[in-house]
Amino acid sequence: MSERTAVQSSVGAAPARRRIGVRGRLHRVDAKASPYLYIAPFFLLFLVFGLFPLGYTAWVSMTDRTLLDPHAHFVGLANYSALLHDSYFWNAVENTLGIWVIATIPQLLIALGLATLLNTGLHARTFFRMGVLLPQVTSLVAVALIFTQLFSRDYGFINYMLHFVGIHKVDWEAGRLSSWIALSVMVTWRWAGYNALIYLAAMQGIPDELYEAAAIDGAGAWKQFIHVTIPQLRNTIIFTVIISTIGGLQLFTEPYLFQPLKQGGTGGSARQYQTVVMYLYEKGFGSTQFKFGYAAAIGWSLFLLIAVISAVNLFIVRRIRTSEA
Amino acid sequence: MSTVAQQAPAPPRRKKRKASRRIGSAGPVTYIILGLVLLISIFPLYWSLVVASHDNSAVAAYPPVLTPGSQLWHNISRLFNSGEVNVDFWKALINSAIVASTVTVAVVFFSSLAGFAFAKLHFRGRNALFLLVIATILVPVQLGVIPLYIEMVHFGWVNHLQAVIAPNLVTAFGVFLMRQYIAQSVPDELIDAAKVDGCYTLGVFWHVVLPAVRPVAAVLGLLTFMTTWNDFFWPLVVLGPRNPTVQVATSTLASGYVQDYALVLTGTFVSILPLLIVFLVLGRQIVSGIMKGAVKG
Repeated sequence: MSERTAVQSSVGAAPARRRIGVRGRLHRVDAKASPYLYIAPFFLLFLVFGLFPLGYTAWVSMTDRTLLDPHAHFVGLANYSALLHDSYFWNAVENTLGIWVIATIPQLLIALGLATLLNTGLHARTFFRMGVLLPQVTSLVAVALIFTQLFSRDYGFINYMLHFVGIHKVDWEAGRLSSWIALSVMVTWRWAGYNALIYLAAMQGIPDELYEAAAIDGAGAWKQFIHVTIPQLRNTIIFTVIISTIGGLQLFTEPYLFQPLKQGGTGGSARQYQTVVMYLYEKGFGSTQFKFGYAAAIGWSLFLLIAVISAVNLFIVRRIRTSEA
Repeated sequence: MSTVAQQAPAPPRRKKRKASRRIGSAGPVTYIILGLVLLISIFPLYWSLVVASHDNSAVAAYPPVLTPGSQLWHNISRLFNSGEVNVDFWKALINSAIVASTVTVAVVFFSSLAGFAFAKLHFRGRNALFLLVIATILVPVQLGVIPLYIEMVHFGWVNHLQAVIAPNLVTAFGVFLMRQYIAQSVPDELIDAAKVDGCYTLGVFWHVVLPAVRPVAAVLGLLTFMTTWNDFFWPLVVLGPRNPTVQVATSTLASGYVQDYALVLTGTFVSILPLLIVFLVLGRQIVSGIMKGAVKG
């Protein structure tokens, strides 16, 4: 304080003292302001490229905006009421939920099993961990294109293997359930190992004493898994379920490339595997419609759907502790 | 996380291993199952190599051909021959390299900076703002694609690389990872000492924090590079086949009038090769990065 008054009172003070004063003040400003400066890039970028577009989606969805005609008219909830009566939209919702369920549940169960295996006293641990993570390195486009070939009707490797057990020439892409299964195989293949590593990390944080106590109580490996491992992994399971929900309900690349010759985003000749994001893409960019208002309404509806389903999941998974422990 | 606490009860026979709980021991069944899982992990990638190294008649062979052929170079030269394919694959590779490198450097830098502020600097609203960063992970920003596209039209960025670079310059995951690491492994004394020496906070960041975060910065960089290299939806929307990233180019190959599986899977194979090499060399770090990111407070 005295320093500051000294500098302020005499303009002709010794240059050395003055510099100290200015530096002191700069340091104080630095300590106060710079933290905000350092975290600003994240928030600014998120605002400009994340939050604002998402919020603006709500506005665009209440207009009849198209790409070519930016002078949009406010139409209120017309897009939404049209959406409610749009059978293609409900079809897409059904497909998305169906694929999500048959992709997520096996995937997380496989991941739990894999994590348990990886958590045993293995030789070459890093080798096996890298092995299960390998699919995650593969891009979605590569996964989709490779599996599309593997699942092809006439020459696909999967049909070739199936003919040994008496199943002949499944047209995976053409059927509804069969296309869902094929897509969920792609999703599971890419994500199971990644989730296994996340479970493994959490399993290694479980204290030994819990297992010892369970063993003293006469619990075998299976009971230990059910009564110790699962409840202890509760938060991690919640995390993976929520992330899989958010990701799974936005499924796009695999179904989009499942029928490579027709990339309009219709998801098969009968729209048997068109997901909601594909429908958004079709309305916004895929065909020649460029119905931005309508596409935005689809986006905002999916946002609500994701929020509701995440909440339901949270509610279900949170019961793990109360019912198991 | 709690490995130190578990050292005491570990039986002496296993003293070299990290002391963490293992249910049962790894019997032959475990190895057989894991071996099968590895086979399933590798097979689709191997399959893409098999198809990429034959001509199209082999694709239609029955039973399927299961060994690599001799046409790989021929197919690769077809891939890069602009007369034969509907997309400029060289340009795509260069574009992806530019985008992924720029994004990687920026994410590591901005995440370290923000992580440093959240871990070591005191300011009002610190905890609330950090929670806000975490919460943004749960926001499905992809659904804002329509207005984001309108934004890009306004900026004049449609079909330009900055459209896929700018939205990805910093990630919540990066900030989170960096904060955790800096909070644990950069001692306060080091920072105080630098301050006593007259460093401004930016100087502390530059001289103390940045050198200290190198290991985790490498991990974050690798993960970011992979994510960016593999990104598809947004580049597809905003770039299109004229100025594509490698993922857009690969998908464009598959949309030709004739289904040229050999060519499509050659493109696929070439597009995953760089990451495959990185993964083989640095897989250990990538595994540890994912597991570190998973253990959250």
